[in-house]
Amino acid sequence: MASGERETYLNKEYGIKSWLLTVDHKRIALLYLVSITFFFFIGGFFALLIRLELLTPAGDLVQADTYNKLFTMHGQVMVFFFLIPAVPAVLGNFLIPIMIGAKDLAFPRVNLLSWYLYIIGGALMLYTILNGGVDTGWTFYTPLSTEFLNTHVVTAGLAIFVAGFSSILTGLNFVVTTHRMRAPGMTWSRLPLFVWAHYATSIIQLLGTPVLAITLLLVVCERLFHLGIFNPALGGDPLLFQHLFWFYSHPAVYIMILPGMGIVSEIVCCFSRKRIFGYTAMALALLGIAVVGFLVWAHHMFVAGISLYAAMIFSLLSYFVAVPSAIKVFNWTSTMYKGSITYQTPMLYAFGFIGLFTMGGLTGLFLASLGIDVHVTDTYFVVAHFHYIMVGGMVMAYLGGMHFWWPKISGRMYPEGWGRLAALLVFVGFNLTFFPQFILGYMGMPRRYWDYSHSPEFQILNVLSTAGATVLAVGYVLPMIYFLWSMRYGKPAPDNPWNAAGLEWMVPSPPPTFNFEEQPVVTWEAYNYDEIKEEVPVAQ
Amino acid sequence: MHNSPIATADQEAHQNPALLHHFATEEQQKDAASLGMWVFLATEIMFFGGMFCAYLVYRYWYFGDFGAGSQSLNVVLGGTNTAVLICSSLTVALAVRAAQLGQQKVIIICLILTMLLGLVFLGIKGVEYHDKFVEHHVPGPGFHFPGHVPGHPDIPINQHHAQIFFSLYFIMTGLHALHMIIGVGLFAFITYNAMRRRYGPDYYTPVEVAGLYWHFVDIIWIYLFPLLYLIDRSK
Repeated sequence: MASGERETYLNKEYGIKSWLLTVDHKRIALLYLVSITFFFFIGGFFALLIRLELLTPAGDLVQADTYNKLFTMHGQVMVFFFLIPAVPAVLGNFLIPIMIGAKDLAFPRVNLLSWYLYIIGGALMLYTILNGGVDTGWTFYTPLSTEFLNTHVVTAGLAIFVAGFSSILTGLNFVVTTHRMRAPGMTWSRLPLFVWAHYATSIIQLLGTPVLAITLLLVVCERLFHLGIFNPALGGDPLLFQHLFWFYSHPAVYIMILPGMGIVSEIVCCFSRKRIFGYTAMALALLGIAVVGFLVWAHHMFVAGISLYAAMIFSLLSYFVAVPSAIKVFNWTSTMYKGSITYQTPMLYAFGFIGLFTMGGLTGLFLASLGIDVHVTDTYFVVAHFHYIMVGGMVMAYLGGMHFWWPKISGRMYPEGWGRLAALLVFVGFNLTFFPQFILGYMGMPRRYWDYSHSPEFQILNVLSTAGATVLAVGYVLPMIYFLWSMRYGKPAPDNPWNAAGLEWMVPSPPPTFNFEEQPVVTWEAYNYDEIKEEVPVAQ
Repeated sequence: MHNSPIATADQEAHQNPALLHHFATEEQQKDAASLGMWVFLATEIMFFGGMFCAYLVYRYWYFGDFGAGSQSLNVVLGGTNTAVLICSSLTVALAVRAAQLGQQKVIIICLILTMLLGLVFLGIKGVEYHDKFVEHHVPGPGFHFPGHVPGHPDIPINQHHAQIFFSLYFIMTGLHALHMIIGVGLFAFITYNAMRRRYGPDYYTPVEVAGLYWHFVDIIWIYLFPLLYLIDRSK
């Protein structure tokens, strides 16, 4: 640390050891940031290869086996090593203790352990990829995965098993921290919705992930020792596997999207200069999604042979998810109504999120209805639907949050003009990539096919989609470049660059190691923008 | 617990050395630790829950074969193990009480007894596994389980279905045993600390929290024993 410079969590210590053995939640968040960004680009690389193959109807770039591996590893890397950890482990880790007025998470060393588990899982995944990969589809359906494939199912399963415990420990830390570490005056009704969102997410991580863990363990045992638990030829039940798998993997969608909703609530309030509309409803809607989300898993199995009555019940329950989701969308809109809105980069991403999440959610209702689901099961309609939620929703929110809190994390401003350009590119590229896929799916193009030469009429929409993916890739690379650039050349960030409400804006940018010089005492409600007279400063 | 590299910054000289830097009070720290363990145990219930779910499905479908498999298990050894574990839960509870009262010797004795009982359990379990191995009841190519469904001399045992029973038996008891091994390791660490007189009325959270874990592992066995050993003993 240079003399005269203020001590922050970034310059307190230097050297590789001060990072790899740190128990500071902010440094662990940065470790996660680097790791998930790495896996994001690996998963993105697979996605680009998939889109390149589909540029022409014939299977000319790769053959079927390779293509199966590409979409499998794209799915597994993106879901388990990017989407699920991204917001909680980076932004949640960094912000939750500061937002509630604590010095750290409740269990700092468990927090570091969870990063190491993530790295071990990630290393196993990389080993799998480098040794020729795995081609089960990200869903590991049995008996295909246990009986009929000769790829690296065991290491891929173990990779996700280990990464799952990383996720469980993060959730455990957040729940205990939210319950036990809040500053005096920080009541539950004053918590920022970002914290509520992570609380709801953590509940899903805690109750869902162990079921996936045991399911994958059974798959691994079945493969290694030739057991028959999920193998119909040996008396086992593949539907049991699907039930157990989706019991986690459907709520996992809410692990991805709920933290994003938390981010958007923060951004919308700040750039509308208004208190959130319907705070209590917003908090309860988060919990409602988490709870109802546990009761809808079998809508992934409508054509798998479950009973009609079970299908009807699960269809009805799936509709119920729309209620809290709609509350969220309407309340964000109401928050903006008559607000003093400015269009900085984070707000652009928030707009993108609200629109794309709405589209993803509404097409989810199509899929929840039994008749339409049978028609579009395993088509690109499903692919487009869940990408609207995961990429259009979660990744948009993640990038919005990264821009919003980057001044706090790095102590530097990102270049606003480039930020807006990247946000625009991501929005345009995303829609160009995935909107044609709705039409493709409705026309009947199945997912997971590498060759559609029997129906060349699909090509034009596939070309549009691939072109969109290219734009999207540029939109994702840009922020990485200018974030890195800004760490050295960016304008030093003030403590509160957006004049935003919330404890995290009352500590210096970047914060000192223990966040607060003195124990803060909270005497105000969340989002008290009516008491903040300053507007958002206009970007240069 | 208190050798955290960042714990030195703002500790006051007179406070409990076990208090970590980021907690305001000892009570907050204790509450956080015990809530953390309860939450962890909730995840453990879901972890074992997946297997119990699979067990219930197959037991309902293949009741006869499950009954036959169950009858082949050694109920005397299983029952002994149940008694051993219940005793170990008592010794853990006594260790926590001794820590609260600051009876240093009693803590150590109770913890060592707990570990011994845990090891006895694992030893007996090993004997049972060995018997199953010798009898070719381990699922796999060498699996061989002749006979008929209990109460139905005309129905031979379905080898596939019996294998599912034994697969679940080995995975469920195996994961339970793994939890026991982790528990014994945990207590070895805590005994070491107890010998350094780390615990007393002011600070006994680790003993209590590890005790919670141990009770949980016992409870899993309390369910495993009847579900695996006592399915169809009447015939």
